[in-house]
Amino acid sequence: MTEKNMPLWEVFIRSRTGLAHRHVGSVHAVDAEMALQNARDVYTRRGEGLSVWVVPSQAITASDPADKDTLFEPTASKIYRHPTFYEVPDEVGHM
Amino acid sequence: MTETPLFSYTLRLADNALILGHRVSEWVGHAPVLEEDLALGNLALDLIGQSRSFYTYAGEIEGKGRDEDALAYLRDAGGYRNALLVEQPNGDFAQTIVRHLLYSAYAHPYFDALTRSKDAMLAAIAAKAVKEMAYHVRHTAEWTIRLGDGSDESHRRTQNALDELWPYTGELFENDQIERALIDTGIAVNPSDIRTRWSKTLDEVFEDATLTRPRDGYMQSGGRSGRHSEHLGFILTELQYLQRSHPGAKW
Repeated sequence: MTEKNMPLWEVFIRSRTGLAHRHVGSVHAVDAEMALQNARDVYTRRGEGLSVWVVPSQAITASDPADKDTLFEPTASKIYRHPTFYEVPDEVGHM
Repeated sequence: MTETPLFSYTLRLADNALILGHRVSEWVGHAPVLEEDLALGNLALDLIGQSRSFYTYAGEIEGKGRDEDALAYLRDAGGYRNALLVEQPNGDFAQTIVRHLLYSAYAHPYFDALTRSKDAMLAAIAAKAVKEMAYHVRHTAEWTIRLGDGSDESHRRTQNALDELWPYTGELFENDQIERALIDTGIAVNPSDIRTRWSKTLDEVFEDATLTRPRDGYMQSGGRSGRHSEHLGFILTELQYLQRSHPGAKW
């Protein structure tokens, strides 16, 4: 009943210091406006956010946990993709 | 008993906020869903926060050493000056939402006007409260629309709540001798100045919610001068229990 009348929405918040919205959790709500208000009321009570997104959970296409080995295992042996083998000149500063 | 008009006026603002805040806080742990439980808790905390600022200021105006706690916890029902609307029972969810919409659609433009008060402290408290009340209007308006334009049952319950609470709205726009002097000196808000805004906000919500605005008939009155419904006594019994049984108790 609750699932039918109040579908699930994923909540993303951009914090004061953050540049990108980050997933913080989910809420149930009857529609987008109420989802936004619920997200505000549940996840921004301590001044966490400057911007909130809500996305219907149904709209998310997720990878199958069973595909974990196929999708992610091959990268384990490719450590050269990590940028740890380069000398960064001091002049570059923070990057 | 002689009170300055400014003290009485500030106390009215404080009592409205505290009593409605307490009423809404009664939902905590009982709301229909977790999200709304937190939402109602947030609304209650906004109101209780506003009441604390007004009480503290009222205590300073009075100058008899009463602080926010003394004013909130140690006055009897007859000393409370809130409008009767805010002490009405929570009823079902529709009743709670409609009561809150009627009040916040009033409090929002009211505090907006109060930010221009000649009294700097009242203006400062109002400046903070006006943002909070804008959200209260938004939240309760959206709920009213969904309940009114929802199922047959939610429509019926919401219309009932509106019909039942409407007679308590007249009191919000009264101004008596206490306030008239303050209005003339630019300290208090003249509630008739915001009546059009209140009315327009409600009409827009009622239209979307397919609700019928009740006609202005007989209006209840008396809370602002201390004549309350039986409900306030029960509220204060719970609200003041701790301070009454353990005077001076601290966290």
